[in-house]
Amino acid sequence: MTIGLLTASYITSSVLFILALGGLSNQEKAKRAVWYGIVGMAIAVIATLLGKEIFLTEWLEWLIAAIIIGSIIGIIVAKKVQMTGMPQLVAALHSFVGLAAVFIGINSALLPHLELSNTQLIIHNVEVFLGVFIGAITFTGSIIAFGKLSEIISGKALIIPARHPLNVIMFLGCLFLGYLFLTHVGNWTIIAMTIIAFLIGAHLVLAIGGADMPVVVSMLNSYSGWAAAATGFMLGNDLLIVTGALVGSSGAILSYIMCKAMNRNFISVILGGWGDSTGPAMDIDGEMIAIDIETVATAINEANTIVIVPGYGMAVAQAQSAVSELTSRLRAKKKKVRFGIHPVAGRLPGHMNVLLAEAKVPYDIVLEMDEINSDFPDTDVVIILGANDIVNPAAEEDPNSPIAGMPVLQVWKAKQVFISKRGQGRGYSGIENPLFFKENSRMVYGDAKKSLDSILQHIN
Amino acid sequence: MKIGCPKEIFKGENRIAMTPESAKHLQKLGYECVVQSGAGDNSNFSDKDYKDAGVKVLKNADQLWKESDIILKVRGPEKSEISKMKSGQQIISFIWPGQNKLLLESLKKKKVTVQAMDMIPRISRAQKMDALSSMANIAGYRAVIEAGNQFGRFFTGQITAAGKIPPAKILVIGAGVAGLAAIGTAKSMGAIVRSFDVRPEVAEQIESMGAEFLMLDFDTDGSGEGGYAKPASKEFIKKEMELFRSQAPELDIVITTALIPGMPAPKLWPKEMVNLMKPGSVIVDLAAEQGGNCDLTVPNKMIETKNKVKIIGYTDLPSRMATQASTLYSTNTRHLMDDLTPKKDGIPFINMEDDVIRGATVIHNGEITFPPPKPKVAAIAKHINQNIKERAPEELALDKINAEKKAGKIQVSSLIIGACLMWLIGMYAPSEFMQHFIVFILSCFVGFQVIWNVSHALHTPLMAITNAISGIIILGALLQMETTNNIVSVLALISIFIATINIVGGFMVTKRMLAMFQRS
Repeated sequence: MTIGLLTASYITSSVLFILALGGLSNQEKAKRAVWYGIVGMAIAVIATLLGKEIFLTEWLEWLIAAIIIGSIIGIIVAKKVQMTGMPQLVAALHSFVGLAAVFIGINSALLPHLELSNTQLIIHNVEVFLGVFIGAITFTGSIIAFGKLSEIISGKALIIPARHPLNVIMFLGCLFLGYLFLTHVGNWTIIAMTIIAFLIGAHLVLAIGGADMPVVVSMLNSYSGWAAAATGFMLGNDLLIVTGALVGSSGAILSYIMCKAMNRNFISVILGGWGDSTGPAMDIDGEMIAIDIETVATAINEANTIVIVPGYGMAVAQAQSAVSELTSRLRAKKKKVRFGIHPVAGRLPGHMNVLLAEAKVPYDIVLEMDEINSDFPDTDVVIILGANDIVNPAAEEDPNSPIAGMPVLQVWKAKQVFISKRGQGRGYSGIENPLFFKENSRMVYGDAKKSLDSILQHIN
Repeated sequence: MKIGCPKEIFKGENRIAMTPESAKHLQKLGYECVVQSGAGDNSNFSDKDYKDAGVKVLKNADQLWKESDIILKVRGPEKSEISKMKSGQQIISFIWPGQNKLLLESLKKKKVTVQAMDMIPRISRAQKMDALSSMANIAGYRAVIEAGNQFGRFFTGQITAAGKIPPAKILVIGAGVAGLAAIGTAKSMGAIVRSFDVRPEVAEQIESMGAEFLMLDFDTDGSGEGGYAKPASKEFIKKEMELFRSQAPELDIVITTALIPGMPAPKLWPKEMVNLMKPGSVIVDLAAEQGGNCDLTVPNKMIETKNKVKIIGYTDLPSRMATQASTLYSTNTRHLMDDLTPKKDGIPFINMEDDVIRGATVIHNGEITFPPPKPKVAAIAKHINQNIKERAPEELALDKINAEKKAGKIQVSSLIIGACLMWLIGMYAPSEFMQHFIVFILSCFVGFQVIWNVSHALHTPLMAITNAISGIIILGALLQMETTNNIVSVLALISIFIATINIVGGFMVTKRMLAMFQRS
């Protein structure tokens, strides 16, 4: 295959990738868009195989085996994964891209580059350095994120003393090793740098609390893209650069959207821990009043407009199918049932949408925060399923609250609010929620799925 | 102790402060109840009804005043009644202490204790005793009935074989309790109802009753203390008059209910407006007792102007529905007694620390305790002035232009900085790198444009698919496979393996997710 044909294939792939991402602008187009992505990828891989005559390598059998086994594992994972486990899967897959970038970078350092001039070599080595550095951070960061999301590691932010100076020292150490690497001290420098970068990645994500995971996951998504782009520069491969840039900017935008939804500064999320609050939290009057299932069912039966606000608790309790059943029964009774989704509900951008879609909740009744907020005053009943911070009125009412200014779903404006919650504890951010103490709020303690199942018995 | 209820002696007053029903409740509080014979006749409660409820019926007023420790009344005491009072007696009735200084002085001389029903603070806890509201409710209803009685047409619009009847157009000024009651009544009779109030926050209440709120384009909030309106500025009144002038010719019925506490009623419907109205129109002035909202109102009378507009100035609207009014008023008074008797032992305890009791008590053991200090609890949660939002369109346009100018400046300066950086890189980097760099920057731009359009609901599939395509890193590993260096080949092989998982897994899971999204 000639260079011209190879480039043509790469151009085709680039266009197909762009179409694949652009197609996600709506649900119907999206189904076609995945195929663009698949075809694009196939063209790229086949063209590369043909173009470089890799069939001549003595490792051919190994190569084929790797691709086949990799594909089988990929298929199994994709088929088996539970929709509630999607955040973990995404995090795990990010770590693969990171690790691949590290290996490819190190390989590139190991291989001789006699054809390059001195300047070119320096540029090349900078690219190797960047690719490995970003790749390494992505790798360990994703592993930690995976651990936190699948609750192997505690979701709490690990705050070790002097963590900021530590990060700075490690970062400077990497830079110094990078300088040594550029001055050809030896390949050990790049290995040492990789190890330190592994530590940085792990430490960065360990310091971030579970509630910030949507930002972390999208940030790692972005990093994996930049790692691919750096690899592209290193190898002089434009398709890698294009794809890496697309993925990188996609992740960056997602992180930005998530941060904005939490009214947080990106930097402060990355550095971990909540910002310091400026004063004592507002006192909360009233008490949490628990209520029994029959009363909830009666209220739901009498209501005309109902909004359901799902949160991470719904995912944990696997309650989405019960929710779906409730929705279809209520809709059959000609009630207006809708869903209000906060951008950071769950542990992954759009997590709730996917879960509800899995349970066959029609997507046209699933609304975003901005679409539904103005409708709460006219809503008879709001049902909150395992959500806490995203419905916390303190964000609007208490300027001293750590989440002050974060846009929230204004559920308290509805006539009646039922909150399904595991216990009296606080949300992921660890702050008190005045909503639970409001006059029109009633608590339904217990597992969300069990509560919904018993409510369903009273609604037919 | 003994609670007595004399017959109202004010001319035309048909109400009574204690009904057989309320007497039963008062007895439960430990009180003995007595009533003057015939006191309930005008409200259709007979002496027998009282006797059946365990109330002692006394022949005449003198006996009643002498025997009772507590007197329940509707109207404030008249001279003849004051002379019958004895020291230490407790009187509960309407007093209007702000307007009746002389009455207060003469009551003080009698060394009595007086609770004024009109001084009950308007806070949520005291709503059950709020006689002003319950009477206003009746007045509002009755105002519409009286107007309908004088108005020569249907309220509701009809298209009949005998021709088309337009609906009556009614304006209710002042959306307090009476105003809202009038709106509700008129609306349910089929009229087109509009309403005006100086307090912008009542717009919602007006609209909830089904009337149209006449908005005044003016940046002031007329809410005063305790849920009442406060006097308006000159400019405001000018605007208000313009609005009324434009409305007057169309209106069939005007019901005015505007009152400012402790002041004569504001003149909102001057002669000029009356002249603008059509013959046959009706004005009901619920503020007639406080001087009237209309210039031409004659209290307690109905008059007809030269241009055939009828003006009703009745001040006894609640009394015209005596049974209903007595039932509500007696419930208010017995709730007050309930609060005054915390131990339910038939002995009133006047707790001057209690906001409600403190407010109502105008004379305590012969000392004038009016006016009370301001209530500690705000009557109605103060609305945040929402007028701020409604800025003039020109201002908004200006803001927009400024914001755009600012955004433009930021963009231009970042472009300049960006270009400088590019030049800096270009000065040192080889041309090959610069070519890749062009591709990179353009891709970032394409990425930003494309991703912003991705629907929020599809963010998880977006992550999965970007995950899959970031597996493109497999190309790098494939390219490194041709080497003879074994370490390199092994590392490349591992990279190929995991990148494949990424690609296949990513695409598959994206497909699986997208297939789930279904329209209803």
